[in-house]
Amino acid sequence: MAGGTERILRGRIKAMQSTKKITRAMELIAGSRIVKAQQRVQAAVPYSEQITEVVKDLAAAGASNDVPMLAGRDEVKTTCYVAITADRGLCGGYNAGVQRATEGEVKADVLAGKGYTIVPVGKKAEGYFRFRDYQLSQSFMGFSDQPSYEDARHIGEYVVDLFVSGQVDKVELVYTRFITAGNQEVVLRPLVPLSADTVAGGDGKAGSSDGSGGDYEFEPDPTEILDSLLPRYVEARIYAALLNAAASEHAFRQRAMKSATDNAEELINSLSIVMNRARQASITSEIMEIVGGAAALDGGDATHGYVDMGDDYFGQQLEELENASGGSSA
Amino acid sequence: MADPIIVEVVSPEKVLYSGEADMVITRTAGGGEIAFQAGHAAFLGVLVENHTRVFQTDGQVQDIAVHRGFVEVSGNPTKISLLSDTAELAADINVDRAKEALERHQQTLRDETVDGAIADAVAGKARAQARLTASGFTA
Repeated sequence: MAGGTERILRGRIKAMQSTKKITRAMELIAGSRIVKAQQRVQAAVPYSEQITEVVKDLAAAGASNDVPMLAGRDEVKTTCYVAITADRGLCGGYNAGVQRATEGEVKADVLAGKGYTIVPVGKKAEGYFRFRDYQLSQSFMGFSDQPSYEDARHIGEYVVDLFVSGQVDKVELVYTRFITAGNQEVVLRPLVPLSADTVAGGDGKAGSSDGSGGDYEFEPDPTEILDSLLPRYVEARIYAALLNAAASEHAFRQRAMKSATDNAEELINSLSIVMNRARQASITSEIMEIVGGAAALDGGDATHGYVDMGDDYFGQQLEELENASGGSSA
Repeated sequence: MADPIIVEVVSPEKVLYSGEADMVITRTAGGGEIAFQAGHAAFLGVLVENHTRVFQTDGQVQDIAVHRGFVEVSGNPTKISLLSDTAELAADINVDRAKEALERHQQTLRDETVDGAIADAVAGKARAQARLTASGFTA
């Protein structure tokens, strides 16, 4: 029946309106978090810049180059991919981008006959790769919106251990780099061993005029410093990646929720039009029914061009009522 | 007096302290306590848990509890960067908690025989002591 469709549509519009409220709220929350996440990215810059500087200076000062984390291994048999995604969905193509990039790398490795392992960071990566039966190492999750340095340290210790123990020969980070609020990209960055250009160009900002950092004093000796420095460096890199990923996640979520809100609005509009049309149609058909019914009651008198609802009919009713009330009072 | 030195204490989450100073005292692994003044030779060291003191140019002393990290001294004018993933300014230290931790770790050291637990306790005790001395208590 016509009234039925109208009721159903009204229900759908209501549901859509509450969905819209939710997506709008998520959009606003994500928007405010982008700013905070961006500040955290900025706040982490001095540390990672300085630690990079120290690594460079050490390398320039002739710290032993056969530290495996610097030199790398001659033959790369197994690569470890640290895929950083979100813990939650509802953020557009954010998770899919990282998953696709990782999957592509892994497939290339498999084709080349090399081994791989994935360290998923974030629930979404874990679920995706586990469901598809990829080789997973330990996974880390539960902090994608607001990573702390502690989280980065756990991951860092784990991957450094994987590398040092020889289970993997290379570690790569796959994450979404935050460029601006409107622009993020999925990147693949080598983490261990440190790429040559990370350590090259150590000018020894120590101000040694001849450009060699040679006049540094070390305590304890350079190689030992490097040994304790490199894990910190890896942690700092992971931390920076986590912060970038968090900022990107919020940016993606804001965009996704904005378009969801817009879509909900559009849907509400078109549903209202359909609903109004249905209501109009049901009113029209109701009138038609009344008209038709009255015409039928009128005994099919074809001479009447219009329907006389019949003053007489109401008159009769009134008379009856009056009689009835008169009778009871008398 | 020589030019002041620029001091920065940087943790991954933020720049903890930055300012000008006449002297900085900290402690390196294997080398013991070391003081830096303007014109110090370029230096790179690994830090152990310690109570770092920054003697500011205004005569005040900023106490900082630094738990591991690195110190780099470089340049002219001299610039000292302390990089630490865990460092606390004296004002931010929870003294009661540090005392509690110190006692707990000392207890562990008396009772424990497992190597790993002893190592943890030694590190924990050093951290607690660094915190306490930085906040003005003598442990």
